Amino acid sequence: MSSAPAVDISHLAYRYGEHEAIRDLTLGIAEREVFAILGPNGSGKTTLFRVLSTLIPIQQGEVRILGLDLRREASAIRAQLGVVFQSPSIDKKLTVLENVIHHGRLYGLGGRELHTRAEEMLSRLGLAERSRDLVEKLSGGMRRRVELATGMLHRPRLLLLDEPSTGLDPGARSDLWQYLEQVRDNDGVTVVVTTHLLEEAERADRIAIMHKGQLAALDRPDALQAAVGGDSITIRTKDPAGLSAEIQKQFNIPAMVLDNSVRLEQPNGHQWIPRLVEAFPDRTESITLGKPTLEDVFIHFTGHRFWNEVDPETQPKGRGRKKKSGH
Amino acid sequence: MSTISVNKPATVSAWPVIFTLSQRELVRFFRQKNRVFGALVQPIIFWLLFGAGLGTARVGGADSNRLDYSHFFPGTLVMILLFTAIFATISIIEDRREGFLQGVLVAPVPRWSIVMGKVLGGSAIAMLQGIVFLFLGWITGKLGWFQVISPSTTALQWVAAIALMFVISIALTALGFLIAWRMDSTQGFHAIMSVFLLPMWLLSGAFFPMDVGGWLGWIVRLNPLTYGVAGLRHCLQNESVGVGLPSLSLCWIVSLAFAAVIFAAAWSIAGTRSTGDLL
Repeated sequence: MSSAPAVDISHLAYRYGEHEAIRDLTLGIAEREVFAILGPNGSGKTTLFRVLSTLIPIQQGEVRILGLDLRREASAIRAQLGVVFQSPSIDKKLTVLENVIHHGRLYGLGGRELHTRAEEMLSRLGLAERSRDLVEKLSGGMRRRVELATGMLHRPRLLLLDEPSTGLDPGARSDLWQYLEQVRDNDGVTVVVTTHLLEEAERADRIAIMHKGQLAALDRPDALQAAVGGDSITIRTKDPAGLSAEIQKQFNIPAMVLDNSVRLEQPNGHQWIPRLVEAFPDRTESITLGKPTLEDVFIHFTGHRFWNEVDPETQPKGRGRKKKSGH
Repeated sequence: MSTISVNKPATVSAWPVIFTLSQRELVRFFRQKNRVFGALVQPIIFWLLFGAGLGTARVGGADSNRLDYSHFFPGTLVMILLFTAIFATISIIEDRREGFLQGVLVAPVPRWSIVMGKVLGGSAIAMLQGIVFLFLGWITGKLGWFQVISPSTTALQWVAAIALMFVISIALTALGFLIAWRMDSTQGFHAIMSVFLLPMWLLSGAFFPMDVGGWLGWIVRLNPLTYGVAGLRHCLQNESVGVGLPSLSLCWIVSLAFAAVIFAAAWSIAGTRSTGDLL
């Protein structure tokens, strides 16, 4: 973090009517880092993305992007931003090349320079052969690459991507991340990605974990995992509350209740397994031991399971929605 | 390797943006074959229907029936402009739903250029169709079938008619934009169309004569579209202009003002940012 931060957010708040989507958020993103904003649906990450991409105005707090004030200098910021939306902003009725050209004109490019850049960008993303094809004929992964080509065409200094791997198969997802790393290393671009995929966020340089509109944790992926402290042990049981209390009483260690299970974080987890099974033989349906994953990190910092959040952002019309579960 | 220029202009100039956005409208139009088909066939169907209508009227032998057909001609022309302009701007709802619009909204472009691009693109499509219909009117006269455009129409009057059609197209496309900007479904737009846009056309002197009395007459007189239809009557049918028609200069003033006011309104609504942008 030698230079000024690429993104500097302080005390940002945003509400949709009664619902507080972002609450008093303060964080900084360094230049030339791949930064993941991780959170379940409804954590406020999409709202944050919309604020950063200048799509919605700031309600409270301050945001500086590349040294510019988002409130007053939004259009100067826009020229430096590459934005890749979750729902594609490319036109399906146009060809790949036409989309890229149109986009370039929106950023003040034109003439031969635009065409040269467009072709360069398309061949870099492996789209040269498909440049005359209509976008509607492309696969999801290909379309995402067109989006990336348009997003990077005007050489932005900050690339914002909202859930970029939605609808991508694992291979395409891996390609995407490789490309993002390339963009950071070769072009010196700061990359900010929102995601709800835990395994994806692990590839970022740093992760901000969002929960209910607030920052739950912020660090490098390995540091976050180290913060969990040891191994995670999950015991499935019919009476998690009772079992949790018993464990705390008997062993004097913290035990968290999550749905139908009790969760412990202890160093040398393997030694705890026999002790726990022996102590509560008929109350343990299953017991699992694992190295901490980002889900453990999320649980550690928020006390909630990652997938149990209701999503107020995706139900603006007040329609009810069932909680997601599983995972 | 990094060749990033920090001194980029804050906002790109508007004209390439307007050009590229209207070009996109046209490319999309020509690429959707059913739209092109509809746009070309619709005027022909109208023409055939009128032709058939006139054919049966001719049995009566009354000469005034000719006037009836030519009475409907400018109104039909405006209806064609109305439909095409409106359908072209419905696409803003699609653009929003499919995500194209958000890409434009975060680009460093002036808002009015977004409106202008959309409006000019829609107007160009409307004009294409209007000119096809105008041509049909001219050719039927040349062939001696029926005279809907005065044979004494001068070159200047033709130019004036086409210019006025353009002004009407701008006004109607901007009106479509204004209505569509905040809508999240095309169904909602269709509802507005049947309760607002179609009556506006019916009460524009396209159907009823200008001198209809009572409250209906007032609506006709207050309806800005009336002056578009009347202006076209002036330009294309200077001999058979009916009674109570507003003067040509008034027609121009009202039509230009209509286009300017609606465009300004569309511009101002496009400047508002709300959660509506985020569907």
